[in-house]
Amino acid sequence: MPKRVETIVLHDSSTPVVGGIETGGVVKLLSLDMLLNQARANALWPLTFGLACCAIEMMSTVAARFDLARFGSEAFRATPRQADVMIIAGRLSKKMAPVLRQIYDQMPEPKWVISMGACASSGGVYNNYAIVQGADQVVPVDVYVPGCPPSPDALIYAVIKLQEKIKKRKGNAIIELQPRTLEKVEA
Amino acid sequence: MSVEIVKDVVKPILSGLGITAKRLRHRKVTVMYPEKQREQYPRTRWRHYLTRYDNGLEKCIGCSLCAGACPARCINVVAAENTDEARFSPGERYATRYEINMIRCIFCGYCQDACPTGAIVLRKNFELADYKRDSFVYTKEMLLEEYPGQNLEPFRSRYAKD
Repeated sequence: MPKRVETIVLHDSSTPVVGGIETGGVVKLLSLDMLLNQARANALWPLTFGLACCAIEMMSTVAARFDLARFGSEAFRATPRQADVMIIAGRLSKKMAPVLRQIYDQMPEPKWVISMGACASSGGVYNNYAIVQGADQVVPVDVYVPGCPPSPDALIYAVIKLQEKIKKRKGNAIIELQPRTLEKVEA
Repeated sequence: MSVEIVKDVVKPILSGLGITAKRLRHRKVTVMYPEKQREQYPRTRWRHYLTRYDNGLEKCIGCSLCAGACPARCINVVAAENTDEARFSPGERYATRYEINMIRCIFCGYCQDACPTGAIVLRKNFELADYKRDSFVYTKEMLLEEYPGQNLEPFRSRYAKD
């Protein structure tokens, strides 16, 4: 029976690693990307940003029946400095848009945005002078949730979709200082 | 002294824990969503579907009444004439394009109410969230998909006869 040594090597995915090869055993590589993605995806702290009736559904998502804590998102933070994901819940008026952008800028990297409901995503029925027609005109949105308002299950589905997106991220850094620019829309 | 400790400290703790222990026997309220789904209410309105008759013809006749009834103006219907060679629906006309902007739709169900043939129905599939804005314009092909529990749900226009 040959000697079987398993070594777990933590490394940055961009640098090649030779550790453990001289022992002749099996080398398991655990990339830093994967570790950081797991940590980030399973502790998404949302920012308390209820703008309208969607906020009621957002509150009930955190309550016992649906329990967003099962996905590590129960800690709604009232300060942008401690939040990872901004859930824009409700219609975004043009007066509120600069406030939203400022709070988004104050959130530390990496950060994500869920646009919850028809009004936040596209303006919905409020196609008028007061409402921003889509929150993606102000901040880069990662997941859109249709519905008026989306039920708590639909919001949980969006959180799962966001976790899937985070787990596919490549080229992570432990501390991210580069400000993220608005993503270009693919044609 | 020791009597006071029992009275002021131990007794309240035990009675408090007693309430906790009582709650342990209650039924669990949390719906374990991704694994199990809660039962939606019978008249829940979510994703739109275009339906067909039993012989395979589309029920939609391209009359645009749904687009007229829509408060969010999110439905686009372009109609064309049926011919004997290319027949899509029983009447004179059919919809060549039928698009719904899901992200603007508010799921009020007015389109379902307005439809004279019961072609468009709102069913219970709520898993609609996505990453890209462009992917929310649902085309006619997407709306004509079969829904698994189609026959179990009694959705029907108030004007439809069938």
